[in-house]
Amino acid sequence: MVTLGRYFIFLGTLFRDRERTSVYLRLILDECVSIGVNSVFIVAIVSSFIGAVTCVQTAYNLDNPFVPRNIIAFIVRDSTILEFAPTISSIVLAGKVGSSIAGQLGTMRVTEQIDALEVMGINSSSYLVLPKVLGAMLMFPLLTMMAAFLGILGGYLAGVLVGVISHEDFISGLRFDYNPFGIKFALIKTEVFAFLIATISAYQGFNVSGGALEVGNASTNAVTASCISIIVADFVLTQLLLA
Amino acid sequence: MIEIKNIQKKFGDRQVLAGIDGCFQPGETSLIIGGSGTGKSVLLKCMIGLVQPDLGEVLYDGRNFLTADDDTRKAIRREMGVLFQGSALFDSKSVFDNVRFPLDMLTTMTEEEKVERAHASLQRVGLENAEQRMPSEISGGMKKRVGIARAIVMNPKYLFCDEPNSGLDPLTSIKIDQLIKEITDEYKITTVVITHDMNSMMEIGEKIMFLYEGNKLWEGNSDTLAHSDVDRLNEFIYANKLLREMEGK
Repeated sequence: MVTLGRYFIFLGTLFRDRERTSVYLRLILDECVSIGVNSVFIVAIVSSFIGAVTCVQTAYNLDNPFVPRNIIAFIVRDSTILEFAPTISSIVLAGKVGSSIAGQLGTMRVTEQIDALEVMGINSSSYLVLPKVLGAMLMFPLLTMMAAFLGILGGYLAGVLVGVISHEDFISGLRFDYNPFGIKFALIKTEVFAFLIATISAYQGFNVSGGALEVGNASTNAVTASCISIIVADFVLTQLLLA
Repeated sequence: MIEIKNIQKKFGDRQVLAGIDGCFQPGETSLIIGGSGTGKSVLLKCMIGLVQPDLGEVLYDGRNFLTADDDTRKAIRREMGVLFQGSALFDSKSVFDNVRFPLDMLTTMTEEEKVERAHASLQRVGLENAEQRMPSEISGGMKKRVGIARAIVMNPKYLFCDEPNSGLDPLTSIKIDQLIKEITDEYKITTVVITHDMNSMMEIGEKIMFLYEGNKLWEGNSDTLAHSDVDRLNEFIYANKLLREMEGK
């Protein structure tokens, strides 16, 4: 509870004594590149293969001749849009982006760079963390949309190339009973996950004291806490928005 | 002028500072000395606002830093320059950008004025040829000089240096000490240096305060340092065998 309270106080400091907007614009652009562009490759690989595996495994389990084959594409579509693209991508990003944020801020803390900002009269948490949070919240939805597209494409290629589903069945399944709210739901979840990953990792890094060992521990804790919070938030949001 | 009155700080049950008083004058290099763990760095952090003391006052030209409102604290902070023990340079910025950073963040100067001021600061510490290098590409002594350049770029009234000689060879240490002394004299800055380096004490110690287990045991200058009758201070000074032999102790 004490940690939770400190986390909320930390969140409060992000919005106090902010610097000029022009300062943040440049920093947010840098973070968009660091968080978003540099994560395209890993998200693309993971989402494509998850889509492919989902398609092949669904086909393997649906061997009843009374079940139409286009159901495979329907399942790939919904599971990718509703769950895999936002949640699995965010868990992958918690590992990549979360550990990077915690490590960077932790190193700045132990090498007194954050103290240097404080003594200049700059709100270090706002200057260092707010651009990361905004950068993550801008880039994660784009990565999720890319992950959804590539996941479905991966499912299509795997299904058609392996021969478990025809091109026509796949396209028919994709169009079957489509609910556009699924996309909104995925984007809402992604925004929440982005906020949680960026702030939890920043909190862990920002409050490091000690040396290299503690910075490493902070990175590990950031990834662990981010993953747990993603799963809990995923359940809560699913209950709130879909139930 | 900086005055500290009855500064007390506890971490858990451990009394780190037990009521420290002192006064630091403009144009004077004041040293706070003592062994490791005696509270020197905590005292400095209390003075610059990185640690909140449990009790006491820190007055910057009469303005109480600890009880001041946010605007006054910000104003005082902008009159401070701090050289950290590890220099605390921003890894992602070049030497020039590190020095220019406070100007970008805290002033409304034009581009030309900022460039000119940052150049002048780097020139003052003799690093005009290293402007485009990254902190990872320069030596420890150069990092300290960049730290000094960044600390003086805003024309501070108060300069704080936390162990400016740590990790440096004796010759470079002397150069850094002389640089701090020259800058203090030139700009009439109130300079406070935390150190346990004997050379620094003898070279630039216009005023010296000795801390032991959170208490101020002695105050004087480099001339009176070697002749004190405080046992703890003598133990600290003459820990070096060479000095003991020179003084016949």
